[in-house]
Amino acid sequence: MATLTLPVEEKKKSYEQEALITGAEAIAIACKLANVDVVTAYPIRPYDTVMQYISQLVADGEMDCEYIVAEGEHSQFEIVKHASVCGARVFCGSSGVGWMYAMEALTVSPALRVPMVCMVGNRALDDPGAFGVEHNDALAVRDLGWMLTWVDSAQEALDTALIAYRVAEDRRIFVPLAISCDGAFLTHSQALVKIPAAEQVNKFLPRYNRGDLLLHPDNVISVAPQVNEDWVMEIRRQNYAVTEIACDVIREVYTDFERTFGRKYGNPFFEEYRTEDADVVLLGMGTMSTPVKVAVRKLREEGKKVGFVRLRWFRPFAGPEIAKCLERFQAIGVIDRDFSFGSPDLSGVVATEVRSAMYTRAATRPPVLDFICGLGGREVTVPDVEKMAEITLEAAKGKAQPLTQWIGLRG
Amino acid sequence: MGQLFAVEIIYRGVFQKTLAKNITRDIVLAAHYQGKPGISFGRYGDAPERNGIPAKGFAIVASDEQTLEAGMAQYEPKQVDLTVVLDDTLCKGAESWAWYGLKPVHQALKPGHTLIVISLEDAPALLKNIHRRAEPYKLGIVKGITSFSGMWVYKDDHTDVRILGAIAKALPELLSLESVEKFINEKLKSSLKVTSARTAFERFGTVDVKVGQGNPEELFKFDLPRWEDMRGAVSIKGQPQGGPYADPVTKQVGGFRPARNQLFKKYSTRTMRPVVNFSTCTKCTLCWLNCPDASFDVTPDGTYDANLEACCGCGICEEVCPVKNCISMVNESEFHDNNSQWAEFKKEKDAYLKWLETTIKKAEPIEKRTHGFRYRGQYQEQIPAALEIAKKG
Repeated sequence: MATLTLPVEEKKKSYEQEALITGAEAIAIACKLANVDVVTAYPIRPYDTVMQYISQLVADGEMDCEYIVAEGEHSQFEIVKHASVCGARVFCGSSGVGWMYAMEALTVSPALRVPMVCMVGNRALDDPGAFGVEHNDALAVRDLGWMLTWVDSAQEALDTALIAYRVAEDRRIFVPLAISCDGAFLTHSQALVKIPAAEQVNKFLPRYNRGDLLLHPDNVISVAPQVNEDWVMEIRRQNYAVTEIACDVIREVYTDFERTFGRKYGNPFFEEYRTEDADVVLLGMGTMSTPVKVAVRKLREEGKKVGFVRLRWFRPFAGPEIAKCLERFQAIGVIDRDFSFGSPDLSGVVATEVRSAMYTRAATRPPVLDFICGLGGREVTVPDVEKMAEITLEAAKGKAQPLTQWIGLRG
Repeated sequence: MGQLFAVEIIYRGVFQKTLAKNITRDIVLAAHYQGKPGISFGRYGDAPERNGIPAKGFAIVASDEQTLEAGMAQYEPKQVDLTVVLDDTLCKGAESWAWYGLKPVHQALKPGHTLIVISLEDAPALLKNIHRRAEPYKLGIVKGITSFSGMWVYKDDHTDVRILGAIAKALPELLSLESVEKFINEKLKSSLKVTSARTAFERFGTVDVKVGQGNPEELFKFDLPRWEDMRGAVSIKGQPQGGPYADPVTKQVGGFRPARNQLFKKYSTRTMRPVVNFSTCTKCTLCWLNCPDASFDVTPDGTYDANLEACCGCGICEEVCPVKNCISMVNESEFHDNNSQWAEFKKEKDAYLKWLETTIKKAEPIEKRTHGFRYRGQYQEQIPAALEIAKKG
């Protein structure tokens, strides 16, 4: 891959531009930089912002792609699936119930090894009709072979979109990948973002090469036949093989990203904030990181040793790394912007996964509390975070706490 | 562990679905009169059924509930006490629509047990098609016309109860004639059917088939690949294009033979096959155009040869052929190989045409060739003939 002759800092200066853009716009710009061939769109808030920005880029002559407005999300995802099998680099996306309407197309894509990259503008699932962020939409595909990542800034959205194409289109991977962006907090708020130059991106991102899986008259294959019980397990095992190496590929790509663009993400799977000497940590995904970090600083001033772990990659779930990280603390408070009704301890999805990872891997068994918070776009406030941190600190002292609590709820 | 019985019914998908389901159900209900519990089911992998596809139904009966559970603890029985074949053309081999090659009809039959076939043929004729096997078994024929109807229509020609009568004779440990009669009287409420069952019981006999006796054909098969060796992305390699081929006599190369799927042969799907009179063919292309499976090879002569690896025997070519008796559908039991008819024709024209004439004549009357509905009311018309044969036994 790309090797640099100039020192990184100089390289950045000579190429990068800076712009004030939203998370959605950042993803649109990444699509332009990645030279995406086929984009399909169908409006639903908050995803629709990205389709607006891409159509603007196409209209302005800045981006050259097939831009297809489908008649619904199911077709939207089917079209990119077929285009991808024919060798096109594709982009797609949706939100909330739109994502669910595409569900059949979403389920078939991993087995067909379609490296589509999507943006999920996280939105509460109807009913009640609501625009605000909840993570259950993207999480609905968590068991199906999709890769799922959550970002918390427009910069990270842009960078992760480039990383996503490298990861998904790696011949060893070839599965769909969704980048989750919290509705409103990320999709609709503008921040200063460093935009890399096309030459840098071209070095980082090779052409999509589908090889012998390409559907083309010169490579006659039949895709997606009906099979019986003599074939299904072997096909599932092939997808399992992807999950066995997914973490390694992600690590490789982040290393190369850092080498090419000079921006460091450290551990690709999760970000640790002030955890070095922490007694307890909070753990969550997405833009809640902002109030949590502010609250952590405030608590630190009060002498309370609280840290924060922000999970970036939910699928693959880096179980061993997460267990190794979390076993150092006396208690863990997971903030779930989602729900998993009827799950063990009635917790959210992330807490359930964290407990599972720790049960098999961790050397210690600190309590893992769960806080259901910020559903439907409700703000996760700094006082909310302080409250969750206090409860977690109490648990660390050995005071029994309920395993699942709703925070920021009236009543 | 008590006694466990498994009966396998091999039938033609769609055309005999209701019949097979009735027979497996009737076995369980009749055995229940003797206090035996049981279950019946169709092989799930055969559904959704395709027209004429070899399919299987099972009845499992045990002396007690715990033994039955042992029989139910497997997807389908690997070994059966009795195999019933509802169409004699299935003697050439059976496999579900998800093909892995051809399997002999007695694949699951326990050594020494009985294979029952509905047929108008005799044992030597059937053994031209039934494959050789390493263990001896018994072959019993229930004389009758193959009972074909449809998914929604059931031809009540007594095939079901005649099979029950034959089973009572072949495997009395499973069920007695008394329980069969009691079942028919109480559930089917037909004294005529009781008579049919009893007649079948009385007339049913078997011949011993010795080791190595039967069709010597090497069965077409292939091995299921390991997951690492399978192509990714749920994809299958397409067929190469095919091309011209040589006349077996003149060696002149021409025509076009499409490449055929190496793993998917349609041999056992057919109950009939098209036979072609190459001397009256006008090369109108209609059979070639209309064949849904692209099974016609274009010969170097410009005529059309039904390729029997690809033909599923649907009969559309016969329907569309404008020349009288140029393409005729003939019962599959008349044939014992899948060779090219055109090659035979080229080698010995006169012999081929003479063979054609006698074969077509032998294939009459028409009811031997029916393949589902031809017109409304047809089955009612056929029933007297079927019952006549049933009476003769």
